[in-house]
Amino acid sequence: MPERRLALLALGLALLAALFLCWNLRQPMGLILSLRGTKLAALVVVGAAIGAATALFQTVAQNRLLTPGIVGFDALFVFIQTGLVLTLGGAGFAGLPPLAKFGAEAAILVLAAMGLFGLVLRRDAEDVLRMVLTGVILGVFLRGLSGLAARLLEPSEYAVVQQASVATFGAVDATQLAIASAVLLPTLVAAHLMAARLDVASLGRTTARAVGLEHDRVVRLTLALVALLVAVSTALVGPITFLGLLAASLAHAVCGTYRHAILVPAAALIGAAILVGGQFVFERLLGFQSTLAVIVEFAGGLLFLVLVLRRPAR
Amino acid sequence: MIDLANVTVRRGSVPALDDVSLSFGRGGITALIGPNGAGKSTLLHAMSGLLPPTSGRVRVEGRDLAAVPATERARTVAVLTQTERVTARLTVRELVSFGRWPHHRGRPKAADRETVEEALELFDLSDLAGRRIDTLSGGQRQRAFVTMAYAQETPWMLLDEPLAALDPRHARDLMDRLHALTRPGAPGQRSVVVVLHDLGAAARYADRIVALRRGRLVTSGARLLTLTGPMLTDLFETSLTVRRLDGRDVVVPG
Repeated sequence: MPERRLALLALGLALLAALFLCWNLRQPMGLILSLRGTKLAALVVVGAAIGAATALFQTVAQNRLLTPGIVGFDALFVFIQTGLVLTLGGAGFAGLPPLAKFGAEAAILVLAAMGLFGLVLRRDAEDVLRMVLTGVILGVFLRGLSGLAARLLEPSEYAVVQQASVATFGAVDATQLAIASAVLLPTLVAAHLMAARLDVASLGRTTARAVGLEHDRVVRLTLALVALLVAVSTALVGPITFLGLLAASLAHAVCGTYRHAILVPAAALIGAAILVGGQFVFERLLGFQSTLAVIVEFAGGLLFLVLVLRRPAR
Repeated sequence: MIDLANVTVRRGSVPALDDVSLSFGRGGITALIGPNGAGKSTLLHAMSGLLPPTSGRVRVEGRDLAAVPATERARTVAVLTQTERVTARLTVRELVSFGRWPHHRGRPKAADRETVEEALELFDLSDLAGRRIDTLSGGQRQRAFVTMAYAQETPWMLLDEPLAALDPRHARDLMDRLHALTRPGAPGQRSVVVVLHDLGAAARYADRIVALRRGRLVTSGARLLTLTGPMLTDLFETSLTVRRLDGRDVVVPG
């Protein structure tokens, strides 16, 4: 039963969270728990947002190999970091007010995503693939610009860009996290409320319209939710392109259902569990810092290759 | 009744349907025939509301189709297109259940489930109901989509080449069922408009014929009056004859 599997996933995440909080807990417990709690909340919120966003994106794109990160969110984020360091210098970049920087980055990413989705889907939502390809090409263009700008940086400034361009959970600001959560959690609820309509949308545009779904409106609304989820998450911790692919693929495999009332929360739970579990292993058991995003990208990239090679792209 | 008044559909600068005016009365089977590129599928899409006409008007049961809300339209007209391609991993039963969407909008009731089971039984798919559609043959999948259209319980069923992937037995079974559903007095009598390349099926089952060529209406009317050798020969630009065999019309070359 998919519902039972969903409950097991929730239980698994709760156990991982408890482990993350309580493993090797020493004095001063209050302070340590508070620090760990903030980090745990960031891992859960970001993992859930990216996992759910990918499940939603795959449905409207009618393709289980895609992830919203592929349309250039990461490239735009890196471009923003590079541009800021280039214009303000390493010290100026470090001195930016964190809250304003987070708000501006989130706004730019949301507007860019809305612009991309809106530009291509202005008339109808028939050509999501064209939108994806446009995003990929824009991503390549932005990476090229970032690469060019990086050549103008001092080595120390370049190191600042490198550090800012990889997702990290170690230094998440509690205020930023609260703001991000206030955006992401209602967005996740909205996605859940659309589950039945997304089930119909998964039939494809022609069939969905034939049974009376306002398909194009559902696609536009879904993409707006995806834009919010990915943009705010990326602004909060940095880009993690392939986490969503891991989470959505595992959600399909574990739950074995087309129903979005199960799939979207399952992808969210798995996304959160991958981050919490991964961070626990790397930070607590292996004693590494800042390795998780790299490993998640590596595993997600491998999965992407396996999925591409195993079956024809659909 | 479905009325088309001066309907034109352009694809780029080319008219796929050119100033077509037609009326489809309730009940019976209307076969759309014509060579490739005649505009048959375009006509069906325009009649279903999936493709808004570039100019002209489509009225269904007296209402302008463009002004009918999507759900209401889907409770009036069910359409099977040639482009059905589902990436979601659904079973046949789940697919057919989506035919009930315009009735329950995501909150299925016991009556909806009953209708689905009846539809599966009627179209001989009960044995395959638990199979995933991506494991079915093309013909089985086609039957599942026709069954889904039937489960929509609409007065109108518009079917684009439903026989394309079917073997002779299943093609005949399907046309027999559609024929029975469209007879006067049949419970919930349906009106079927069907694109057919099988002229034998058109000769055997259709009550009315609509012939198209290069986007224009060639002729329409009762089958017995319109489906003639000279008309078919002119339409398809190859020699065809209608003969009587065992009390039935058949179309043969020559």
